[in-house]
Amino acid sequence: MGRAELPLHAPGTKLERGYIGRSVPRPNAKRLLQGRGAYVDDLRLPRLAHVVFYRSPHAHARIKKLQFEKSLKCEGVIGIFSGKDISQYCTPWVGVLAHLKGIKSPPQHAVAIDRACWQGEAVAAVVAETRAQAEDALGLIEVQWEELPVVMDMEASLSGKEVIHKELGDNICFARAHDTGGVDEAFARADVVVEETFEFGRHTGVCLETRSILADYNAAEHSLTVYHSTQAPHMMQDIFSRHLDIPEASVRVIARDVGGSFGIKVHVYPDEMATAALSVMLRRPVKFVADRLESFATDIHAREHKVKIRLAATRAGEILAFDLDDLTAIGPYSVYPRTSGIEGNQVVNLTGGPYKHQKYRAKLNVVFTNKNVTCQYRAVGHPIAVALTEGIVDKAAAKLGMDPAEFRRRNLIADEAYPYTFPSGVKFEKLSHHKCLNLLLEKMHYQELRQEQIQLREKNIFRGIGLAAMIEVTNPSPAFYGVGGARISAQDGATLRLEPTGMVTVMCSVTEQGQGTEGIFAQIAASAVGVSLDKVRVITGDTATTPYGGGTWASRGAGIGGEAVLQSGRALRSNMLDIAAAILQLDKNELDIADDSVVHRVTQEKKLPLEELGRVAYFRPDTLPMDFQAELTVTRHYTPRQYGFTFTNGIQASLVEVDVDTGFVKLLKHWCVEDSGTVINPMLVDEQLRGGVVQGIGAALYEECLYSPEGQLLNGNMADYLVPMAAEMPDIVCAHVETPTLQSQLGAKGVGEAGTAGAPGAVMNAINDALAPLNVRVTAMPFTPERILKALAKV
Amino acid sequence: MEHSITLVVNGTKVSRQVEPREHLIDFLREKIGLTGSHAGCEHGVCGACTLRVDGQIVRGCLMLAVQANGCRVDTVEGLSDSKEIAKLQKAFHEHNALQCGFCTPGMLLAAQDLILQSEKPTREEIRNHISGNYCRCTGYQAIVDAIEEVVNGSR
Repeated sequence: MGRAELPLHAPGTKLERGYIGRSVPRPNAKRLLQGRGAYVDDLRLPRLAHVVFYRSPHAHARIKKLQFEKSLKCEGVIGIFSGKDISQYCTPWVGVLAHLKGIKSPPQHAVAIDRACWQGEAVAAVVAETRAQAEDALGLIEVQWEELPVVMDMEASLSGKEVIHKELGDNICFARAHDTGGVDEAFARADVVVEETFEFGRHTGVCLETRSILADYNAAEHSLTVYHSTQAPHMMQDIFSRHLDIPEASVRVIARDVGGSFGIKVHVYPDEMATAALSVMLRRPVKFVADRLESFATDIHAREHKVKIRLAATRAGEILAFDLDDLTAIGPYSVYPRTSGIEGNQVVNLTGGPYKHQKYRAKLNVVFTNKNVTCQYRAVGHPIAVALTEGIVDKAAAKLGMDPAEFRRRNLIADEAYPYTFPSGVKFEKLSHHKCLNLLLEKMHYQELRQEQIQLREKNIFRGIGLAAMIEVTNPSPAFYGVGGARISAQDGATLRLEPTGMVTVMCSVTEQGQGTEGIFAQIAASAVGVSLDKVRVITGDTATTPYGGGTWASRGAGIGGEAVLQSGRALRSNMLDIAAAILQLDKNELDIADDSVVHRVTQEKKLPLEELGRVAYFRPDTLPMDFQAELTVTRHYTPRQYGFTFTNGIQASLVEVDVDTGFVKLLKHWCVEDSGTVINPMLVDEQLRGGVVQGIGAALYEECLYSPEGQLLNGNMADYLVPMAAEMPDIVCAHVETPTLQSQLGAKGVGEAGTAGAPGAVMNAINDALAPLNVRVTAMPFTPERILKALAKV
Repeated sequence: MEHSITLVVNGTKVSRQVEPREHLIDFLREKIGLTGSHAGCEHGVCGACTLRVDGQIVRGCLMLAVQANGCRVDTVEGLSDSKEIAKLQKAFHEHNALQCGFCTPGMLLAAQDLILQSEKPTREEIRNHISGNYCRCTGYQAIVDAIEEVVNGSR
């Protein structure tokens, strides 16, 4: 395995780290600022047809009769199709993985055939010349339903009185138990035992650009081009190929600009598969753009958990053990191909993660219900694991009469203890909990805030300070999905090409969702080759032009894609120096590349402009030695393998004021200290943290998909489902500790999910800290004014 | 039954036949080819479709195209070409006040509206003014920073 190998060029020169560590703006943002983005719905193709879906109004019902006669007569209608029609062109799938032992789920079709299992599941597709015409026809479809019993409550589901999929025998999709042994003994000898049941509201990603797909089948070639708002073009290429029976290399998936994804757009959606199948069936381009109501009813939801957790500690403040029982409900199907078992699995793997206790027991049940499906959304499982851990840690500190920061200091794994194996089995390469805690306390002026808090309490102002230490899974190896049989790539590739004018084109398999991937790839490529940033162009999101790779998920873009770019850049520089040595008749070892020119390695004297190098290599290779061939296109791949995941760590703090008369929580300030290894662009890293924190605040205070007992989504629109808005959000202070991973030369770890992972726990602890003088606690997210007033027995 | 409408879009007079039910945002995107403004929620909440009609910012998904007959409509494309929002765009770029960019055209129009109507808005006033425009990526702070910089720099 490699080791961290910055600097990139001669140590001590200004090129040492190049653009790495510099806050340069993203070049591709300029296009978006002028309204010149190319999202799927912005594309215009000839003969484009539009599809809309008839969706089940019932949470669980048998389709007795589908009648299209009236709707088929509508103007502009090209065709109306049932699930059975579409199943002739698109095979069903099953969302299971071999390494999640025992996970089960029934086959799922692109459009439901006999039965709808949640309100919003598509049961028919209408294709017309315009979307308005398709929606007109949709209103005339007639369906006769036979309503079936619904399973809405997760405990009722677990009990199995009513089984949703009879052929599976029960409602348990996946179960797991983990036990180090010795947990009961640890609780028996503990001086202090605390227990709490935490509940987490089901919520969703609310990407501003809804799910969008434009599939263009070419019957003459039996080929399919799909313009897709997705995070994983190669994964989708494989899936379209397999389920539509089109050769893999004849399927091209293009993800141009994507209007937010957050994990929502990395899954297989039945209506999107149906759109691709309809393009094949109709031999013309077909577009589906979800409307906002469809988004709420069918974009994956996440995080519906109820967890009982216990913590055992000594009088001296040493945590001995954690013990937890997690119940989570995922809707009627495990989502393909990542499964809906991963979120709960993460809760089991990560709870208690920052601490040095040795005894750990966790039980997990993942059950089916007749709500929309859930799957991996930003920070998968982490917000639950962190809130559980930090909530019970705070409760223990309070019972011990110990300051929460001090209690954490005593129990966080020492910065010198690595490599370290956590009791759940996960391995940490190198973390920096204590450095992060110290930096956080200093940045937030912790002691002063505590003093102020005491003074304000005398004036009946209830302020609270909440801390949340965290670990985060990033840079996943094949251990995440590949080992379970999913055709999801853990490796990524980057191709770099020197253009004749001395410019560099980068093609990378990691995609851009707005997080700045293309920006940091340009920084890394420019640094590794030795050119200025304005000489680099980056292409992502096209299976026909980029190397094969996994795309964007699990905070892997910088750490994996970035490493591939770095290695490719170094290889290209080496090849360029071979050419320069041949042209200049000098030893390659005397040369380097800096400021768009071949230079003398020591003196930095300019020897050959890169455009001259390019001219000779491409147009006058006859002047080079007979046995020399210039190679100016280079590809390198990178797969992290030494560890299953490259964990990051960090800690957040929230300062809130609770109005005990109205139940409103005012967010005063938020801090996040994160160790994501080598920071490539501090501004972009901070913006990932801030954006993530605000999504986490949404989970803590506002967001929940509410269902009626009959399975009707009650707030599935933007007016009723609250997300954070500018006026309520605090300023967020970010700071960094840099512990590069030694697995790669770049040393970068992921940072996309840290904010979302830690913020809900920090806010929860801050609210409970504010309420502590009133002897009440809240434990069910989101902490709405109603829930806070109920806790205060005021409503 | 289609209606004939004539309006000035980004300084150019255009005439089209539209259905009475056609929203202004769909008219601009589908009939005029101005895809810079986005339909985010289609019920007037998210602000991604924010446009300027006769100098006032409106939700393009709540206004019908026929209502814009005889009006002057400005979109992000027009304000970019005229350079009216160039300072804002520069500040947004430098602060990374956008990620996916889907909300950005609407956000820029809302920000420019504040700059035109307010002498020197405070940070809190900036936050309040853009609170009708959802951004799911940034957490808003960089957007507030960018607008604040333009407000302070230009006056």
